[in-house]
Amino acid sequence: MGDRTTLQIQQISAHPGPIAGEGMQRQEQVCKLIDTTTCIGCKACEVACVEWNDMPFQNTMFDNTYQTMPDTNWNYWNLIKFNESEHSDGSFAWLMRKHQCMHCADPGCLRACPSDGAIVQYANGIVDFQQENCIGCQFCVSGCPFNIPKFNPSTKKVYKCTLCSDRVSAGLEPACIKSCPTGCLHFGTKDDMKAMAEKRATQLRDVSGFAGAGVYDPDTIGGTHVIYVLHDVTKPEKYGNLPAKPRIPLSFTIWKSVFKPIGLFGAMLGFVGVVMHYVFEGPRREQPAPPIKQIDPPPPPAGKEN
Amino acid sequence: MTNGWIDIKNTDMMLIMGGNPAENHPCGFKWAVEAKRNRNAKIIVVDPRFTRTASQADLFLQIRAGADIAFLGGVINYALQNNRTAKEYLVNYTNAAFIIKDGFKLPDDGLFSGFDPATNSYNKSTWNYEEGGNLTGKTPPVAAAVKTDSDEDTEPAHVASASAGHEQVGSHGTAAGGATPAPAALPPNVAYDLDLQHPRCVYQLLKQQYSRYTPEMVERITGIPQADFVKAADLYTSIRKDGSVKQVGTIIYAVGWTQHSFGTQIIRTAAMLQLLMGNVGRAGGGVNALRGHSNIQGATDMAGIFDVLPGYLKMPNSSDKDLKTYLDRVTPKTAKPGEWESFNYYSNTPKFAVSLLKAFYGDAATKENDFAFSYLPKIDRRYSWTEIWDDMYRGGIKGFYAFGMNGVMIGPDSQKNIDALKKADFVVVCEIYPDETSGFWQAPGITADELKTINTTVYRLPGAGFAEKDGTFVNSARWLQWKNAALPPPGDCRLDQDILAQIFLKIRELYKNEGGKFPDPILHASWSYTLPDHPSLSEIAKELNGKALADISDDKTGVSLKAGQQLPGFAMLRDDGTTMSGNWLYSGSWTEAGAMIQRRGTEDPSGQGIYPNWAWSWPANRRVLYNRASCDVSGKPWDPVRRQIWWNETAQKWVGNDVPDFKPDSKPSEHMGPFIMLPEGVGRLFVPLSGLADGPFPEHYEPIESPIANPLHPNQSNNPIAKKFKTPLDKYGTTQEGYNLVCTTYRLTEHYHYWTKNNPMNVELVPEPFVEIPTELADEMGIRGGEKVKVTSIRSNYIAKAMVTKRIKSMMVDGKKTYQIGIPIHWGFLGISEDEGRTAKTPVNLLTPTVTDPNAYTPEFKGFLVKLEKA
Repeated sequence: MGDRTTLQIQQISAHPGPIAGEGMQRQEQVCKLIDTTTCIGCKACEVACVEWNDMPFQNTMFDNTYQTMPDTNWNYWNLIKFNESEHSDGSFAWLMRKHQCMHCADPGCLRACPSDGAIVQYANGIVDFQQENCIGCQFCVSGCPFNIPKFNPSTKKVYKCTLCSDRVSAGLEPACIKSCPTGCLHFGTKDDMKAMAEKRATQLRDVSGFAGAGVYDPDTIGGTHVIYVLHDVTKPEKYGNLPAKPRIPLSFTIWKSVFKPIGLFGAMLGFVGVVMHYVFEGPRREQPAPPIKQIDPPPPPAGKEN
Repeated sequence: MTNGWIDIKNTDMMLIMGGNPAENHPCGFKWAVEAKRNRNAKIIVVDPRFTRTASQADLFLQIRAGADIAFLGGVINYALQNNRTAKEYLVNYTNAAFIIKDGFKLPDDGLFSGFDPATNSYNKSTWNYEEGGNLTGKTPPVAAAVKTDSDEDTEPAHVASASAGHEQVGSHGTAAGGATPAPAALPPNVAYDLDLQHPRCVYQLLKQQYSRYTPEMVERITGIPQADFVKAADLYTSIRKDGSVKQVGTIIYAVGWTQHSFGTQIIRTAAMLQLLMGNVGRAGGGVNALRGHSNIQGATDMAGIFDVLPGYLKMPNSSDKDLKTYLDRVTPKTAKPGEWESFNYYSNTPKFAVSLLKAFYGDAATKENDFAFSYLPKIDRRYSWTEIWDDMYRGGIKGFYAFGMNGVMIGPDSQKNIDALKKADFVVVCEIYPDETSGFWQAPGITADELKTINTTVYRLPGAGFAEKDGTFVNSARWLQWKNAALPPPGDCRLDQDILAQIFLKIRELYKNEGGKFPDPILHASWSYTLPDHPSLSEIAKELNGKALADISDDKTGVSLKAGQQLPGFAMLRDDGTTMSGNWLYSGSWTEAGAMIQRRGTEDPSGQGIYPNWAWSWPANRRVLYNRASCDVSGKPWDPVRRQIWWNETAQKWVGNDVPDFKPDSKPSEHMGPFIMLPEGVGRLFVPLSGLADGPFPEHYEPIESPIANPLHPNQSNNPIAKKFKTPLDKYGTTQEGYNLVCTTYRLTEHYHYWTKNNPMNVELVPEPFVEIPTELADEMGIRGGEKVKVTSIRSNYIAKAMVTKRIKSMMVDGKKTYQIGIPIHWGFLGISEDEGRTAKTPVNLLTPTVTDPNAYTPEFKGFLVKLEKA
C-alpha cells in the first residue's frame, strides 16, 4: 500500500481510543463525478484500475452482455454496468454506469466492521480497507448498501476500490479519472464536483430534453464521495440496481445507534452504580485480615548426620 | 478528414453514420462529447445497430446495412425541397451552375448514359461540362429539359444490361484500373447559369436525380419509417433554417461507408450534402473519415494503394510511353467559367513527380533519361487486395510478404485466402505474435494428411511492437506526429525498416551478381542512409520532406536555398531535377528549422483547437482543408465567431488563425474557387469524366447480396460496375436459397483487430466471439442468450454464442419484414481463447463475399446475406 502520510484519518473501525493526529490538518472533501450521460462504456477505467492496482487477470465468461462480468470482484473494483432500457413511449436507451465503491460519508462497512483499524475513513472522505487488520468476517459486505466489498477466499481478506488513496495522497487523480477519454469522469473537491454536476443536470433538463435529469448524492447515507449525473435521477434502479435510497442494513444501524448507546448507557449505569455505591456505602472499609494459615516452612533437608 | 479530431468540438450538428466512433475511436469521440456539452450540439446516429455511439445520440435511426445512399439522397432531396441550402456558397463554390453536356442521362433505369454491357464499364464522354461561358438569364424553355433524356433510344445497351440483372455485375480481368485510354478533356471555358435555371445545369440535374428519393422511397429502401427519417432530415438541415449560414454541421464516418460495392459513392453523397449546405471548409464542418488504425492515413499518403504513387500521384500505365506523355495525362488542365479564377494546384504535378523520381533514383534520374521514368512500374490492370489473393488462388502469385497485417483474416472469404496460401511457394510474415497468415496451415479443417500436401514455406520474422519503434503516426486529422521508442525490441526482434532494408540490400546484391530481366531500378534505387542496413526513420522523414539538389531561389517569395538544404515546403519543388521529395504532401514537415513533426507546442490562440505548433499537418500545416470556403465571396467569415481565415484588405492577402488553403494574394474580386485541388476550383456536386467509375451522381444500388430488388429500378438492382470474382469459391447467395438475414461485421472497443486476442487484459474484457441477434428473431427461433448458433452464408459458416439484444430491431424493408444480425470480427484460430478451446476457431470473414467497390476496391464486408440456426 502506498504512502498515506499526508492523509488525515477521521474514523477507524472498532477503534476504542482517540485517533492519532486527529484535527492536525484540514483536508478538502474529495469527490469523483461520474456523468453517466457522457459515458460511452469504453472500459478504459476498468483497465486502468486493474493495471494501476496490479491485479491478476481472471477468466471471464460470455454472459449475453457487453458488461465484463456480472459484478465487481476482489480483483476487479471498477465495472461498467450496461443496461438496455425500454421506455413506454417506445424510445430506447443503453445506459452505462461505472460501478465502484461510493465512499459514503456514513460508511456502512466501517460501521459494521468489528476489527480495529481494518477500515478507515480519511478526512478527505476516502474510505479505505487496511487488509493487514482485516479478520475476514465479511460484516462489511453485509453492511454495504451498494454491495461493494468483495471477499478473496484464498487470502481471507476483503477488498474494494480505494479511490486510489495512494495516488490522491500524492496529489494525483485516481487512475480511472486519468484514463477516461470523454471527460465523463472528473475528480476534485466535493463542492466543485457538486456544482459541476448540477450545471450538467440543468443542461440536460433544459436543453437535452431529460426532464428527470439530476445528481445522485444520496443523503440517506450522508452523501457520497462518488456522485453521478443521471438522465433520470428518479429511477436510479435502471442503471444496474443503483438504490434510490441506500441504507445501511438495520442490524448495523441498530448496532451503532441502539445497541451501542444502550451498551454505553449500561456502562454509564454501571459507573453510576459504582459512584452511588461509594456515596452510600462509603469508601472501602478496613477489612479484617483474612485468616491466613501459616504454613510452616518446609523443614530443611535432612542433613547427613555426620 | 477535411477537418480534424479537435475541430469536431466546434460543430453544432453531427451526423454519424457508417462509423461507430464511441467504440472504435473513443479518444477522438471526446470532441463530439465536448461539442454536445459546450455548444449544445446535436448528434444524429444512423446505424444498423444501437451502438455505444447511439447511446450518446439525440436521435438514433436503425438503417438496413447498405442503404446509406438512399438515406443521404433523401436528406439531399429534403434540403433542396425545403430551401435548407447555402445559396451563395452553392452558386459560387460548387459546380451547381455548370451546364452538363446534352446527352447525359440520369439513372432512372439504374444506368447512366454510356453503359457498355460487354465490358461492364461506362463511356463517360457525356459525363462532361458543356463549353460556352455565361448563359445566365438565357435559360432555354423547360421543354428542353425533358428532351435531354431523349437520347435514351440511341443506347439500346441499357435494355440489355437491365434485363441481365445480377449476372452482369463485374467480370473478372476487365475494366483495368489505369489502363483505360485517356478520356475526353474538360472544356477550358465551362458553360454556366448563375440563376441555376438551365435544365441541364448541375443543380437542376441534382434536383431531378434526388427527387426520386422521397421519404416513402427512403422508407422502402432503408427500413427507416418515414416520420423518423423526416425528423432526422429536418434536424440535420435545421442549421440552414431561414437562410442562416452561421451554424455548421459535420458528417463523421468510417469503414461502415467504405465497405460496400458502392462505398465511394456513399461518401460522395455525404460530400454533396455538405457542399449543398455550405459545410465544407468550415470549422466544425467537413466530411470526416475516421481512420481505423493509428497510421492508416500515413499508409494511404505513402501509396498504400496500387494505383497511386506517394502523395496521390497517379501510377503510370502502359500507355505512358515517356515522362511527358505521363505528365500530360495526369496533370489536370483548368476548366472553369471564363470570369472566374481557378488555382488548379495539381497543375504542379510535374514538379511533384520529378522530385519524387529524384527521391527514388537519385543521381541515376537525369533530365536526359526522363528522370528514370522508365524505371517506374506501369500498371496494366488492377492489383488491389482482392485481386492479389485471387491471383494467388489461381496460381499466379507465388510469394507473399506480410508486414503489419494479417492477410488471411482481413480480406473477404477467408477460405479463399487460406487456400491461396496453400498454393504459394512461400510466405514471409513479420509479426509480434504467431498469426493466422503465418499459421494458415493450422486453420480448422486441415487434416494431417492434407498438411503433408501443403508445400508452402513459411518464414516468421520477429517484428517489433509499436512502443518499440520511433517514427511518425499520421492520424485521421492528417497530423504527422513523431513518437519515441519506449523500450527496445526484446530478444532477437528487429525493427521493420531493418528487416526491409536487409532484404532489399540482399536482393540488390543478387541483381548485381546475377543480373536479371530489368536490374536498373533496383541497382539505381537511391539508398543513401548513414547505416544502409539500419536506416533511421528520421533520415527517411527528411527524405520525404525533400531537399534542394542545387542552389535554388524563388523570385516571388525571395526564398533561396543552398544545395543540400531541406525544403521549407512544396512551393519550392522544381520539375528540372534540382529538388527531390519522397512525398510532396509531406514537404514542410522537416525543414531547415528542424523536425516540425516533433513539435509539442500547446498554444491555441484562437481557441478553435488549431494548435498550430503541435506536430505538423499536411498540407503546409493547414488544419482545415478548403478553408477559403469559410468566408463569403467578399472574404468575410460566414461566422464571425469561428473565424478561420479572412481577407486582409490592408495587407492585400489572406490571413487568419489557420494557414489559408488558398493562393495567399488572390483578391476576392478575382473570384478564385476555394477548391484549389480541382481544375474547376469549385466543389463537385457532379463529378465529370473519369472521376468515378460508376456515375457522376451517386445512385442507390443494393448490396450484391440483398434481401430485396432495388425499389428504384428492380432490373438493375446492383452497381453495374462492381467487381465480382469467378473462382469456384466466389459464390453469391440469394434469399431464394434461404439466406434471408442481413449480416454486418464490425469491431469492438475492447479489441484491436486480430491482435489483442493474444493479450489477457483484452481477453478478460470480452473473452469470446458472439453474434448479436434481435430479441424478436431469437424468440421466433427459440434461441436464448449464450446459446451457440451457426451463421451460414453461401460461402461458409461461423459458430459463436448468441447475444440476444433489444438493440437491433426487426424492420420493414420494401414491405418485407427483415432482420439484421451483427458479428464482431476479432477472433480467428490462434489466440488465448482459441488456444483454450473456448471458440469454434471460425474467422468471421469466412462468411463475407469477394466483391469490391469499383473506385476504391474495398470489399463488401457490410450487408451480406446469411441464415441462422442453433449450433
